[in-house]
Amino acid sequence: MKARVIVTLKNGVLDPQGKAIEGALGGLDFDGINQVRQGKVFDLELQATDKVAAEKEVAQMCEKLLANTVIENYAIEIE
Amino acid sequence: MKTAIIVFPGSNRDRDMFDSIELITGTRPIGVWHTEATLPDADLIVVPGGFSYGDYLRSGAIAARSPILKDLVKKANAGVSVLGVCNGFQILTEAGLLPGVLMRNAGLNFVCKEVMLETVNEATRFSKTFTKGQVWRCPVAHHDGNYFADAETLKQVEGNGQVVFRYAQSTNPNGSLNDIAGVTNAQGNVLGMMPHPENLVEDLQGGTEGRLLFESLAASAA
Repeated sequence: MKARVIVTLKNGVLDPQGKAIEGALGGLDFDGINQVRQGKVFDLELQATDKVAAEKEVAQMCEKLLANTVIENYAIEIE
Repeated sequence: MKTAIIVFPGSNRDRDMFDSIELITGTRPIGVWHTEATLPDADLIVVPGGFSYGDYLRSGAIAARSPILKDLVKKANAGVSVLGVCNGFQILTEAGLLPGVLMRNAGLNFVCKEVMLETVNEATRFSKTFTKGQVWRCPVAHHDGNYFADAETLKQVEGNGQVVFRYAQSTNPNGSLNDIAGVTNAQGNVLGMMPHPENLVEDLQGGTEGRLLFESLAASAA
């Protein structure tokens, strides 16, 4: 079973890297960008066969390590 | 004062910490590798600066899940003094021992320079040999020192007097909220700070104000 975790910064948290990327895209003449926010993607291959149990376990991984919930949100996709 | 210093793969300010503390207290700290299960009895536990695990995932994130951290959390909760400097500060926030988080510097650059600090709370075990409002010069060297906490946490931290050091005279090098350079936990026995007091302990380094922090701890331990 495969899981994808997407970690993004919470609203209101300053993202200097996103800002720099936004500026660089503007420099490449990509106009019309309101905002860029940088995040992370983790692809996990799991031994689990039960989707509900897998999602629960991955959520714990996010809480304990993959995301810092002070500043980050996470979303989990299981397939 | 008995001191233990935790060493991680990628720590690089640990030797400065060993030498400075020995110079000031006369006792060589005990080094503890991160895979150990227990820390020795000590008055002070130091988490030094560096780039533990190459800053993978987030600065301090992997180190904060090391085996030794269980005992560090236990001892911190029991009231033992814990000091985290630079990467040590990042590790302590990742471990949940300190409020907030250290994000990428607002200017995106690694900063290696001297800043001015103001001691805004001189009533802690880390700062009692400073005078209130004392402004002193201190080196910083980091990429992720931008202190952030949500509005509610920040209000608590400020209200409880947990901010010990602030960047002064417009020298905030990283965009930290409220110019926060050093902050304690609610109990006041754990301090994290981005600047390096261990690099300001001999005249050769251009100043000795960093000694005051270790002398405060030694006086508290006596």
